[in-house]
Amino acid sequence: MASTLPRRTSAWARLSRNGLAVVGLAIVVAILAIAILAPLLPLADPNVTAPANRLLPPFSEGAWLGTDQLGRDMLSRLVWGARVSIAVGVAATLVAAIVGSTIGLVAAYFGKLADNVLMRGVDMLMAFPYLLLALAIVAALGPGLLNALLAIAVVNIPFFARSVRGATLGLVQREFIEAARLSGYSNARIILSELFPSVLPVIVITMSTTVGWMILETAGLSFLGLGAQPPQADLGSMLGDGRNLVITAPHVSIVPGVLILVLVIGINLLGDGLRDVLDPRLKSGALSRPVARTAVAEGRTSGTGDRGALLEVRNLRTEFHIGQRVLKAVGGVDFVLQPGESLGIVGESGSGKSVTALSILGLVPTPPGIVAGGEIRFAGRDLLRLPMHDLQDIRGNRIAYIFQDPLTTLNPLMRVGHQVTETLVRHQGLGGSAARRQAEELLDAVGIPQPRTKFDAFPHELSGGQRQRVVIAMSLANRPDLIIADEPTTALDVTTQARVLALLNDLRRQSGAALVFITHDLGVVSELCERVLVMYAGKVVESGPVGEVFAAPRHPYTRALLACVPVLGEPERALDAIPGLPPPVDDLPEGCAFAPRCPLAMAECRRGEILLARTGEGRRSRCIRWMELGDA
Amino acid sequence: MLGYALRRLVLTVPVLLGISVIVFLVISLIPGDPATAILGSFATPENVERINRELGLDRPLPVQYLTWLQGVLEGDLGRSYSLNRPVLDEVLERFGPTLILAAAALFLCTVFGLAAGVVAAVRQYGWADKLITLAVLIGISTPSFFLGIMLILWFSVDLGWFPTGGMYDLFGDGSLRELLWHLTLPATALAVVATGVVARLTRSGMLEVLRQDYVRTARAKGLREGRVILRHAFMNALVGIVPIIGIQAGFVLGGAVYIETVFQWPGIGRMLVTAISTRDILLVQGGVLVVAASFVLINLATDLIQVALDPRLRRG
Repeated sequence: MASTLPRRTSAWARLSRNGLAVVGLAIVVAILAIAILAPLLPLADPNVTAPANRLLPPFSEGAWLGTDQLGRDMLSRLVWGARVSIAVGVAATLVAAIVGSTIGLVAAYFGKLADNVLMRGVDMLMAFPYLLLALAIVAALGPGLLNALLAIAVVNIPFFARSVRGATLGLVQREFIEAARLSGYSNARIILSELFPSVLPVIVITMSTTVGWMILETAGLSFLGLGAQPPQADLGSMLGDGRNLVITAPHVSIVPGVLILVLVIGINLLGDGLRDVLDPRLKSGALSRPVARTAVAEGRTSGTGDRGALLEVRNLRTEFHIGQRVLKAVGGVDFVLQPGESLGIVGESGSGKSVTALSILGLVPTPPGIVAGGEIRFAGRDLLRLPMHDLQDIRGNRIAYIFQDPLTTLNPLMRVGHQVTETLVRHQGLGGSAARRQAEELLDAVGIPQPRTKFDAFPHELSGGQRQRVVIAMSLANRPDLIIADEPTTALDVTTQARVLALLNDLRRQSGAALVFITHDLGVVSELCERVLVMYAGKVVESGPVGEVFAAPRHPYTRALLACVPVLGEPERALDAIPGLPPPVDDLPEGCAFAPRCPLAMAECRRGEILLARTGEGRRSRCIRWMELGDA
Repeated sequence: MLGYALRRLVLTVPVLLGISVIVFLVISLIPGDPATAILGSFATPENVERINRELGLDRPLPVQYLTWLQGVLEGDLGRSYSLNRPVLDEVLERFGPTLILAAAALFLCTVFGLAAGVVAAVRQYGWADKLITLAVLIGISTPSFFLGIMLILWFSVDLGWFPTGGMYDLFGDGSLRELLWHLTLPATALAVVATGVVARLTRSGMLEVLRQDYVRTARAKGLREGRVILRHAFMNALVGIVPIIGIQAGFVLGGAVYIETVFQWPGIGRMLVTAISTRDILLVQGGVLVVAASFVLINLATDLIQVALDPRLRRG
């Protein structure tokens, strides 16, 4: 029990931090308190008529909210009417919750026939327009408040039955239920003492989202004259009485109407807050969408750069701001790419290699991503500070991306051919038939059989390899100067991987495009790339020509990565992953980030910033002991 | 697609049968002697005998149901005692106006709900999002019958822009313009809650879709943001929203009962309220049956639209 206590407190704390929920709670509590305390309040008798004082406007002496057509005090009638409306609405909610939850629990627990029969019945109720079935029930039972209550409860049963069944289904297979069954507990006991407490949050959420409607709908039936019968009055019947007087005495309808509105707003605010607390997955704040372009912190362009270079990345720093935490995913990366050159970026998951690549075209999701500093110059232009329109002219045109999983990167609702022509139309201004012809040629070039037929296929109708071929066709469509491929084959099976990579390599060489290839597969890098960049915890730790770096690594991390690569014919070779984990990028250690896992680490490694040192022609290493790493 | 449509059409038959069972069973809820209750003040001995014969109330329930169903299939929904005419004639006459009102409200809630939801998602946490979220909260908390009265008070009584009720002028020309003029306020009042629901779910659907990889792909292709949002994100979000709009059709058809009462719209909803107060059970039964059946067809339509949008759903 001790463990549940702090959790409950924090649920309260979370609810109280949600400003709107607190407003909702205040409204609901205030109205509830007045309604409950009605007999104790100094109010006029709500049913005493006074024909002399009929239809007094609000703020009249002795009648704050005026009087109705029979001279009865509106304030008093409002309080007593609210009492009835809330009681009926809450009672209907309880009835629906009890019956509906029982149906849901029983259906999910017993499954099979019981589930089928009960849920088909529930489906039948759902097949009716909501209010219409309630009307039919009232028609049969006759008008009256109790019958209205029952009718509204019945039409709300499906909401409880469905959500409770759904929540229970996931629990029924779990161990503790199985254990309870084996210990000979009765079905009723398992449902009540094991399942019910677990699905209670779902029931509470459903109650909080339906109680507002139920108050509205029971008031609605009274409004139609089918609920509360005189002399009994609820907010709905008061509104119904006022309707015919709306021109002469609008306050008679406005007063109860506004109270229903305010009450239901309060309930809905509170319900939304409760739902956020009890079901964090639904919390609206957790669902934020990326905008069209990564945010860039204020900064200046140095204006100078390597004139011949195709791409020049200088001191790139990309961060994720999540709450109070700042994750420094990329912490000052530099590299230069010449036209036609191919560069591999390698590192473990979370080393910042993908974020580096995504930063180039502003595709890091914002929020929470932000480019905190640095420069990215493409053909002399600073991409980070380029106007949006100009950046969009470069995206997919001069620089093309190939992403990891072709199933999720293709739009599932669009024919693959159209996804290719889309980029042709956008950047080359091709017309429909010319675009289609060229797209078919592209599909043919990437080795898709029957390109004319496949043009009209949807992504789910293609195999994984074919999908990635489509993505490659898309990326090559506008003959880009640079292709950025982010682990393009990890989602494919091994033989397909090899074919797709060979295809990518051939087509890139033919077109003369430069390549940035991101992977954790060192073997692929040595086949595809001329130079390699090894990243660790958001920083480049080593760079240089692929052959030299792999033959003689100048950083212990590179050496450790190479030790993980399986070698054909050497099955006895230890395939140990590097012991330990990369440091969290919101809490990087001082000095070398690899030091905690490094066999060569010494005291100096944990002090001050370690700089990239030149270790040879075109080679750099971020290790102070690189000279001690002999040629492997 | 055609095969799927046919299969789906066949599947509506058991749903329609289930609805007919429930509607039929409503009569058995009547406390006391149904014949007397159904007839109310029209319970002359001849009428009681006639209804007992029509419904076969002395026979077992399944037999009664089958007899009744046979009548329904032959277009015989019984006779309204308060109106002294066949239920079917009255229901069909009243159904048109309800359909016009509900369709107008559904149109409004779809257009405005989708637009507001998309804007709120694209401008998440911006002032437009906050404004829309607030409006949605008030919208879904508004009793439509109260809103209807307030609209009459402001736009008909105070401003005189719209008529206070009815479907056509008493001596009007029955033109489309006249109909739209009468339709504006009731359709608006009926659409408000549904608009809020559609907007809220469109917003969360769009937020979900905007994080998907294919939206990033669309941006990486250099497409203008308008096309990314509408062609790539919105179309995908729509697949999940179409069934929500179908559900709104049910709320709108039900809510028409209030709005038709407030605006004296000559539809099935107002007919039902009158029929309930005069205890004309057969009229209620016929009205509910016809509206519920049309709702089943609307759900069928939304299902087919969903499948037309998403090729992945066509299998199986």
